[in-house]
This record gives sequence, C-alpha cells and structure tokens, in this order.
Amino acid sequence: MAEIMELNEVEVWDGNMAASQAMRQAQIDVVAAYPITPSTPIVQNYAQFLADGYIDGEFVMVESEHAAMSGCVGASAAGGRVATATSSQGFALMVEVLYQASGMRLPIVLNVVNRALAAPLNVNGDHSDMYLGRDAGWINLCTFNPQEAYDLNLCAFKIAEDHDVRLPVMVHQDGFISSHTAQNVRPLSDEVAYNFIGDFKPLNSMLEPKKPVTYGVQTEEDWHFEHKARQHHDLMVNSVTVIEKVFSEFKELTGREYKFVETYNMEDAEVAIVALGTSYESAKYTSDIMRSEGIKAGVVALRVLRPYPHEQILKALENVKAVAVLDRSSPNGAFGALYNEVVASMYQSNNRPIVTNYIYGLGGRDFTLEDIKTIYLELVENAKANKPTTPLQQFIGLRGPKLSFF
Amino acid sequence: MLEIRWHSRAGQGAVTGAKGLADVVSKTGKEVQAFAFYGSAKRGAAMTAYNRVDDKPILNHEKFMRPDYVLVIDPALTFTADITANEKETTKYIITTHLSKDEILQLQPTLQGKEVYVVDCMQISLDTIGKAIPNTPMLGALIKISGMFEIEYFKNAMKHVLKKLPQKIIDANMLAIERAYNEVK
Repeated sequence: MAEIMELNEVEVWDGNMAASQAMRQAQIDVVAAYPITPSTPIVQNYAQFLADGYIDGEFVMVESEHAAMSGCVGASAAGGRVATATSSQGFALMVEVLYQASGMRLPIVLNVVNRALAAPLNVNGDHSDMYLGRDAGWINLCTFNPQEAYDLNLCAFKIAEDHDVRLPVMVHQDGFISSHTAQNVRPLSDEVAYNFIGDFKPLNSMLEPKKPVTYGVQTEEDWHFEHKARQHHDLMVNSVTVIEKVFSEFKELTGREYKFVETYNMEDAEVAIVALGTSYESAKYTSDIMRSEGIKAGVVALRVLRPYPHEQILKALENVKAVAVLDRSSPNGAFGALYNEVVASMYQSNNRPIVTNYIYGLGGRDFTLEDIKTIYLELVENAKANKPTTPLQQFIGLRGPKLSFF
Repeated sequence: MLEIRWHSRAGQGAVTGAKGLADVVSKTGKEVQAFAFYGSAKRGAAMTAYNRVDDKPILNHEKFMRPDYVLVIDPALTFTADITANEKETTKYIITTHLSKDEILQLQPTLQGKEVYVVDCMQISLDTIGKAIPNTPMLGALIKISGMFEIEYFKNAMKHVLKKLPQKIIDANMLAIERAYNEVK
C-alpha cells in the first residue's frame, strides 16, 4: 500500500513538481518514460516518490520516447491507468505512437512540457511540440502556471478514462516559464485528489481472459474512414460533455474554475490578444496596465486546444474591434496555426474584427510587458482605422530589422 | 511587488536559495515566484536566479526585471557579470566579498553612489557548513538589509524548508544565516 504524503495547504512548487505530485496522487499503474529537458524533473520526481514508497505502480525506464509511448500503449491496452511526460525532440519521436494511442482509444495522460524543436538545438520553451501533435487525435489541455499544471493533471485522468471518451489527453505547460518556475500551489490531500479521479474502470482490457480483444488491427478502405470519423465525432461531441462535467466537478471541489476558453477584461474590450500558455497571464497583467491608461484591452486564451472551442471563441470575440492572435511556433511559410483557426471562427461571426498575427518567443525568447504593450497599441490603431495598419503577420521580440509578411 | 535578482555560478545554490526564500515568504500568506536562467547549465557557469513577491497572485511571466535587490553570491561576478543591469535608483546591492565596501567601490566604480552592502558569504559557509555554498548566508544578509522578517522567525521557517537534511547540516545553516545577518555592512 502506497504511503500517504502529508502536504501543506500552500506548497511552493514548480510546474514539474506540480505535475508529478498529481501523477503520484492518481496512483498510476504504469509510467513508461524516457526523460528529456525540461520535463525531466516530472519523471525524476515520480521515480523518487516510487523509491520512497509513495507509489504502488510500475515505473518502466525505456530506451527512447518512441518506446516510452509504446510501453504506455501496451500497458493501457492491457487495462491500467497510464501516464508519462516528454518535451520537444522526445515528443517528436513519440509522434508515430501518439496516433496509435488515440486510434486505439487508449486513455493515456501525457505531460508535454513545451520546448522548441531543433535545429538549432534549444532547450527553452515555445509551442513547436504542441503544434506538432495537434492533429494526433488527443485532447489537448493548456495550463498557464504550476497550479493549473497540477489541477489539469487531475482532470486529465478523469476525462481520458471516462467510458464515453476513452481518448488520450495531453497536459501542456510552458518549458521553464512554468516547469521550472516555483509558485504558490494549493494541492488537495492525497485522499481527496484520488477520490476526485476515482478508480480506473477497465474497458476492453487486453488482459481479460473471459473476453479477449485485439488492439492494433488493420482496416483498409472498407472501415478505416468510419473508425477515424467515429474518433473525431467522440472528440468533438462526447469529450466536450465530459470535459465540461469534469471542470464543473473540479470547481465544486476546489473553487477553481476552468473553461474551454478563458477570458479576462473582455466584457467591454475593444482590443484583444488571443494567446496560449503563460503569455495569457502576462497579457492579463498588461491589460490592467493598458486599462489604467484608458485603453479597453482584454485577453483570451484557449484552455482546450483540442477539441477546438469554436463557439466559445466566437462568443469571446463577439464585440471586439481588433484582435492579435499570438503564435509561439515558427509558422514556416504560412500564417500561424492559431491565427488560422481563430480567423476561421471569426469568418462565421457577425462581428468582423481586424485580426492580425504575431510570431513571438521562439526558443524561449522573453515575451516582455513592453512587447505586449506594443501589440495593444498597434491594435488600437487597427481599431481606429477599421483596417490593418500593420502587415498581417509580424515577428515581435526579434533582433535586427523588423520582419513581417502578408 | 518586490523583485530580487541573484548572480551566482551554477552549483552555488542560487536556485535553491531563491526557492527556499520563496518557500519561507509563502508561509506568510504572500504570493511568490522563483525562477532562473540556466544558460549553458554547466557547473561553474555564471547564471542568474529571480524572486518576485506580491500580495496578489503573480501573473507576470516575463524574465525581464528591474530588481529591488541584487544579491551577488560569487565574489568574481561583481567584476565579470553585468550586476547593475536594468537597475532602479533604489536598487540595493548585497555582495559576497572578503573586501571592504570601500575596496569594492574602488575596484568596481559602477557601484559608486549606489546602496551597496558587503558580506563574506564564502568564508561564512566554509566556516559553518564546511563547503563554499553561499546561498543560505546570503539569505541572512538579505533579511537584515530588507527587514523582511525577524531573524528568529526566518530561522525557524528555514529549519522547516531544510527539514529533510541531517540535523548537523541544518544547525550549520542556521549558524551561517545568523553570522551573515550580524556581519553584513
């Protein structure tokens, strides 16, 4: 029987510790992992908890991230609670198996500590890995600070393992800016956290001798399309209901509220920034400063990147005049991916704000309050002119001559 | 919002010091943030660590900071690192050195006219802990200069932060904190 860990009402944890504590409290059956910066401490802390008797499950050290996710697929198909963590190059190596996990409807939880992709080699935070996996059929939850990394790990198991969902869930946090930044975290006790998640309820377990099942079958043009369509349907419909239910139960338990789309100062906002990750909080902070200077600035963030919250984005931006959508990943020959999605939503809106795209923060480049102020001031000009006064896509925080496109 | 920047070498405990400080401050009901720039992440490489303290949840995630306090825990960094970067008029400097304040101001003229305090955290940690780990004595010096806490309250809180270490090490750290508190000038 695992030991109980006594936690303080307020702990000072970085995002990695927060994620690993939630994993410990979930009493996972199998963690198969191959550590990589900046997610290494999640796996390291977890192994320490296991060595110290706080975990009953298995911890499997494997030879690569491809093997780590493969191990997770095997253990999950066998019929247990399964999770792991990775970043960047490790995530890239997992990609093939990510599609296997979602296609086999395996409720694995993956902590993605977001980091740039080489070359050039860089260990710092951006959203290249998050974007690489966004079509892999997983539910994607985004967190903006260590408290949320803790909270949404607890929610992730409950969402993934629900029999109406049975889809894997990624929990994202910004490399270093969240993962290595210690902040106040208010954890639940081991008992309350475990009871919130609940016991793992097996479904179609491979290791169920009375009802043997096959995983990883081949379907060609006869059934492949139906399988993929069913998976997309369950992601778009079933998972939405369950995510809402889990967020609502979590709020009842803790008072902490999560929504598909988070908004701040949006009630009467004329200009808005749409962002992912820790940048949402920095923009919240800056929007208050802008308001003290008479600018009606607001902020919107996607808490759930997949399934994409189209309706909630429409609602959040229904009254603004100018919007900046921020992408922390090199667009490599196009608009930023988040920009494309938000613009696709806004095309269906009666409100047609001016929407521009900013590329920022690649490889951990600091995203400063000054940068955010610059964006808001440019949005104010767009709103006044009722047309873009800047190129549609700009790089911000880049040294050297200004770079912009479209 | 109170903001602190640490100048250190990887391995001297600036991250542990920053997190330890955050831990203690959080016990008083404040919101805290502690982070670092790891750079090349090699032992001995110059690095910086940071603290933010506020009454409200800390939303600002930029690394840029205009510090209220600059803590230098490696003596050579006073001369090789840009320790006055992004300073304010009110920024206070606490510098680890075996030199006197006058000698430091002579050797590093950029510090002239600023509020500078000196303390020999290296010697203190060697004398008390037996290793050159200047982070805990620096906290003692910071507590004295900032008046953030009563020294006894701070020591008790630090004992809690260090509780997993052997008693001998905890006692040595307490001694180091107290000596730096008394010796900083």
